[in-house]
Amino acid sequence: MKLMKGNDAVVRGAILAGCRAYYGYPITPASEIAESSAIYFPRVGGTFLQAESEIGAINMCYGAASAGQRVMTASSGPGISLMQEALSYAAGAELPFVLVDIMRAGPGLGNIAPEQADYFQVVKGGGHGSYRMLTLAPASVQEMCDLTFEAFDLADRYRNPVVVLADAFIGQMMEQVEFPEARHELPEKPWAVGPEAERRDNLISSIYLEPDDLEAHIRKLYAKYAVMEREEVRYESYLLDDAEQVLVGYGIVARVLKTVVDDARRKGIKVGLLRPITLWPFPTQAVAALAKQAREFLVVEASMGQMVEDVRLAVSGRVPVRFHGRVGGNVPTVREVLNLLLPHDAGTGANPITGSKAPEEAIHG
Amino acid sequence: MSEPTRGPKGRVEIKSEECKGCGTCVELCPQDVLLLGNDLNRMGYRAVTYKGDGCTGCGICFYACPEPGALSVYKIKDKALA
Amino acid sequence: MARDTFTKAECLYDRYVRKTKVEPDQVSTHYCPGCGHGNVHKFVAETIDEMGLQDRTIFISPVGCSVFGYYYFHLSNVQAAHGRAPAVATALKRAHPNSIVISYQGDGDLAGIGGNEMLHAANRGEPVTMIFINNAIYGMTGGQMAPTTLLGMKTATTPAGRTARNEGGPIRVVELLSKLDGPVYLERVALTDAKQIYRARAAVRKAIQNQVENRGFSLVEILAPCPTGWKMDPVDARHWIEETMMQVFPLGVTCDRTKEIAPSEAKPVPFVHTDLRALLDIEDESEGFAPNRTHSEGVERGVRLKVAGFGGQGILLLGQGLAECGMGDGYEVSWLPSYGPEMRGGTAHCHVRISERPIGSPLVAESDVLIAMNRPSLERFLPDLVPGGTVLYDSSLIPDGVARSDVRAVAIPATQIANELGSPRTANMVMAGAFARATELFTVDHLKASLPRFVKAKATLAVNETAIDRGAAHMEKLLETVMT
Repeated sequence: MKLMKGNDAVVRGAILAGCRAYYGYPITPASEIAESSAIYFPRVGGTFLQAESEIGAINMCYGAASAGQRVMTASSGPGISLMQEALSYAAGAELPFVLVDIMRAGPGLGNIAPEQADYFQVVKGGGHGSYRMLTLAPASVQEMCDLTFEAFDLADRYRNPVVVLADAFIGQMMEQVEFPEARHELPEKPWAVGPEAERRDNLISSIYLEPDDLEAHIRKLYAKYAVMEREEVRYESYLLDDAEQVLVGYGIVARVLKTVVDDARRKGIKVGLLRPITLWPFPTQAVAALAKQAREFLVVEASMGQMVEDVRLAVSGRVPVRFHGRVGGNVPTVREVLNLLLPHDAGTGANPITGSKAPEEAIHG
Repeated sequence: MSEPTRGPKGRVEIKSEECKGCGTCVELCPQDVLLLGNDLNRMGYRAVTYKGDGCTGCGICFYACPEPGALSVYKIKDKALA
Repeated sequence: MARDTFTKAECLYDRYVRKTKVEPDQVSTHYCPGCGHGNVHKFVAETIDEMGLQDRTIFISPVGCSVFGYYYFHLSNVQAAHGRAPAVATALKRAHPNSIVISYQGDGDLAGIGGNEMLHAANRGEPVTMIFINNAIYGMTGGQMAPTTLLGMKTATTPAGRTARNEGGPIRVVELLSKLDGPVYLERVALTDAKQIYRARAAVRKAIQNQVENRGFSLVEILAPCPTGWKMDPVDARHWIEETMMQVFPLGVTCDRTKEIAPSEAKPVPFVHTDLRALLDIEDESEGFAPNRTHSEGVERGVRLKVAGFGGQGILLLGQGLAECGMGDGYEVSWLPSYGPEMRGGTAHCHVRISERPIGSPLVAESDVLIAMNRPSLERFLPDLVPGGTVLYDSSLIPDGVARSDVRAVAIPATQIANELGSPRTANMVMAGAFARATELFTVDHLKASLPRFVKAKATLAVNETAIDRGAAHMEKLLETVMT
């Protein structure tokens, strides 16, 4: 067991998973991933290179993945925006690699404080064309290691980029971590290019000039995504069995919400937490099932409301879905969320736990 | 495909269906033994033709030709085989 | 080199079956009549054949007219995004150092959208071969301006001709790259007459030979005709290169360090997977470090702690040390820093949670204990301290005390004590000692035993231990005063 930053745990998880190439570009609050990689990848005979830009870095991932290597990069919002082009190409060319996004606040330069507003550009696909990326959302340093480790297996299994989407809190915080056993053997990749005669016919490309050919290719990708939706959905349920109110949040927010649930339960409020671990595929069925039991949903994010759209789609109007978000580096607090939990006193509008009135301006939708 | 044409020192083989009639080989042939034909190939180009003799097998037309397989050039050492 | 036969290279497909299915013609290229790409394909293919490289070569097709390079080359092929081929090449070569990586790019791809990738691959001296087709125009998209378009040249996007004032002049790539230390071989050649065509062929050959011998980055810029884009007859186009283009893009070698670099063999990299735990510094340290705290009955023990001060006081390390010690004692812990520009100048603070139960939020919005090591930190975080909470403050720097009566304020002259020890930077450990004694979450001895886990400079362990002892002793004295 080690006390370690989330960003440092990512690097250990990656190398234990057999990743031997890191191409990156520094950006706060993800830079520790590059800095740790600069130490540890060369130590295990791997490659570390600080590229000229995020565009360079992600295209180096494209190259290394084409060569069959387990490879990764990491960045934060502004860098992820630059990488979108290559993510589209990689999804089109079916290349497996792992991208870690340590989200910071935008839009534009914004600031370097934590936010969760890369959900759209990662989960919904910020690049052109019809494609999906499996997206994992760690909520602890242990999961930073474990989900990064697993991301490489998932990427190879589906020949698709996989994103580990974490906020700056999860990247920057230290917690105790236990490390998985190292991968000693990696999957064969007969499709990859390389200096062997049997690879002479291999082609890494996303070009399909004929409409019928491209449609067939995209349908093949979507058949693959359908398998992901069937097999890879992950979420954590916390005290949901009798929950009348369902909180939904991921990453650092889920940690806050767990405390909210504990505090509210002590006051007899039947509230539970659904924490999506895969943001794509989204736990749509789990949300839909809860919509039959719960009185309402409260989605909490460090954004102006991105994941809430997926919750609303899953709930399909059966029960109200409220939203609470904080942005700019602020994170929803336990007290804020408690304030939003019903029932409020009918006469005064005051919250029974905190005694305060729900801040109207903090409620969207 | 036209029949191989022969010359005393070399011969040039033209796959007229691959020729796009750009004329570069005609321009660069030091012996001036290539010329654009009058017939159109399947793509609609006037493919190059060999005058029938005078090729030295120097290979300049081969490198001047932008199509990888349209022209082949063979030096002929043993005249008996030519 | 004397040759007897000049025939299509083996590493080019006989029939271009990768061309679309509905395309009946699978024996001629998609290039326009008189285009230079086919010539250069021939040079590359012939070299691969002659050097026996077909099984080792990875060919990168860019975006541009040569996007379909994989139709023709019977090699491992990678199609790259527009301009990104040098980045892709970099990683391919590093993944397989014994492969021969050829990045084949046009002017828009290499000198326009991919200028940065090209520049940096060259600067790093990536030992790959770059073939650069300069035809001064965007061919595939229909004749728009390229970075290499000549001044005055009319294109679809410079209908009145390129001007220096609006678009700048043409970029001379091999001259530009020659100013860098990375490249080994840079040459500009042209597809004009027989002599220049042979030179071009030799240059391509040398650029590949350099990679076979692992000498470094080689790039050949080839002035090539684009009769369609230039709206010229193919023969006239080659004359135009000679008469006009070569005035702006002079032929020749701009860099050749080939002879200065000894040939070597690039070997594949083995996959290291043993002893990883030692290599990754993740060997289990908790062995022989058994928790020595007694679990509390009934009352849950733990703390929501905020540590704050100015940059350079070791604020983050103090918080980390307490978390480390807590973890060693079997607690669940979390540590969350302030980060970024803040820590390089002004204030620094961190949130620490030590708990007997799994930690929900690692954010300490309300603290049970505040360690404040300067006045701005005290002022900023004191309001978050819960009533009945404890503030440990550095009374050497905050002489006038704490303006709240509902909390326990403990004055520790940490900086003064650290100065007495001759090590001002140990003020944080004085505070750590005081914290351990005040909260009794773990023993002072255990805190000292934890030091090597978070203090990297082993020479300072002794003075840090003393600082912890002094802080604990000061706290002890205060507690006695309260008791009596």
